[in-house]
Amino acid sequence: MNLALGVMLWTVAAALALIASRRSRVLLHDGARNGATEFLFLLPRLTIGVIGSGFLAEMLPQHLMAQWLGPGSGPVGLVLASIAGAFTPGGPVVGFAIGATALKGGAGAPQVIAYSTAWALFAFGRLFIYEVPFMPARVVWLRVAVSLPLPFLAAGAALLIGRP
Amino acid sequence: MAARRFSLFVRSTTIIAVLVVAAGTAVLARHGSARFLAVLGGDVALFVGILPNVLAGCLIGAFVTQLLPRDAVARWVGAESGLLGIVVATMAGALLPGGPVTVYPIAAAFLAVGADAGAAIAFVISWTLLGYSRALIWELPFFGPDFVAWRVLLACPLPILAGLLARFAMRAFPARTQERA
Repeated sequence: MNLALGVMLWTVAAALALIASRRSRVLLHDGARNGATEFLFLLPRLTIGVIGSGFLAEMLPQHLMAQWLGPGSGPVGLVLASIAGAFTPGGPVVGFAIGATALKGGAGAPQVIAYSTAWALFAFGRLFIYEVPFMPARVVWLRVAVSLPLPFLAAGAALLIGRP
Repeated sequence: MAARRFSLFVRSTTIIAVLVVAAGTAVLARHGSARFLAVLGGDVALFVGILPNVLAGCLIGAFVTQLLPRDAVARWVGAESGLLGIVVATMAGALLPGGPVTVYPIAAAFLAVGADAGAAIAFVISWTLLGYSRALIWELPFFGPDFVAWRVLLACPLPILAGLLARFAMRAFPARTQERA
């Protein structure tokens, strides 16, 4: 899957480079240089973040999380699930693995939806490694503020319709 | 701007580095060196595997910034684009391939060429909640199709809602928005 994604990304990058080169040589050169500079800028942070995420996941109290996210945990469970999502370190493997483990360990589907929605929206690792350096700070914090109700809306809708 | 970005970079990298060293030490102390090396080896393999994708993401972001026609972006997803602009941004976020290294530079590029914060926010949230590549690659193997389909369906209105909320917030506090923008 990683390979397929890589092929797709490089195809898009090559197509964009081709379009740039048709417009002018300078455009192609500048684009390639800006992209490479960005890459070098990110490299130390990515090295620490990706290589370290496994250690962070290893230290998580996974059995406790499954217990807190149970179907009978109600609104408190939803709040806890959202907070746990925000504090889950590491990449998508960690977040989805914990969500799936919790679901198998008896957590309620709305709680797991709150967890994975909050993780997608607020995971501190992604927020500080990627979003803050790339985006204007004010837009990031506005984004976080307007995202606050979303895990509860998604979980509430799941509770209402009784699915999944 | 560059200096400010650099200091933010150093600060947040330091926080992550301290956390990682603490967790690594704890794993070594609790589970021994064999487990420590296994975790380290898995992460190094993952890191080497994603590096080419990261470089491609950076190049895509750089070229998109150069090639996007500013007036078209402003027309499609600018502050006056209304609900349609937010819907367009949401669809773009759901369809865009790649990870955070692609999405945030492109969102920043949108902002730089005239998209409003509401559209950029809808774009980022849509990518995190609806992005098809993430759902297909990561979520499906863990949760199965039924759970993922319902999770995505329930999330569909959320980026649009957040984008509208962001626009409302910016109109409610216009002075601060202009001062920092």
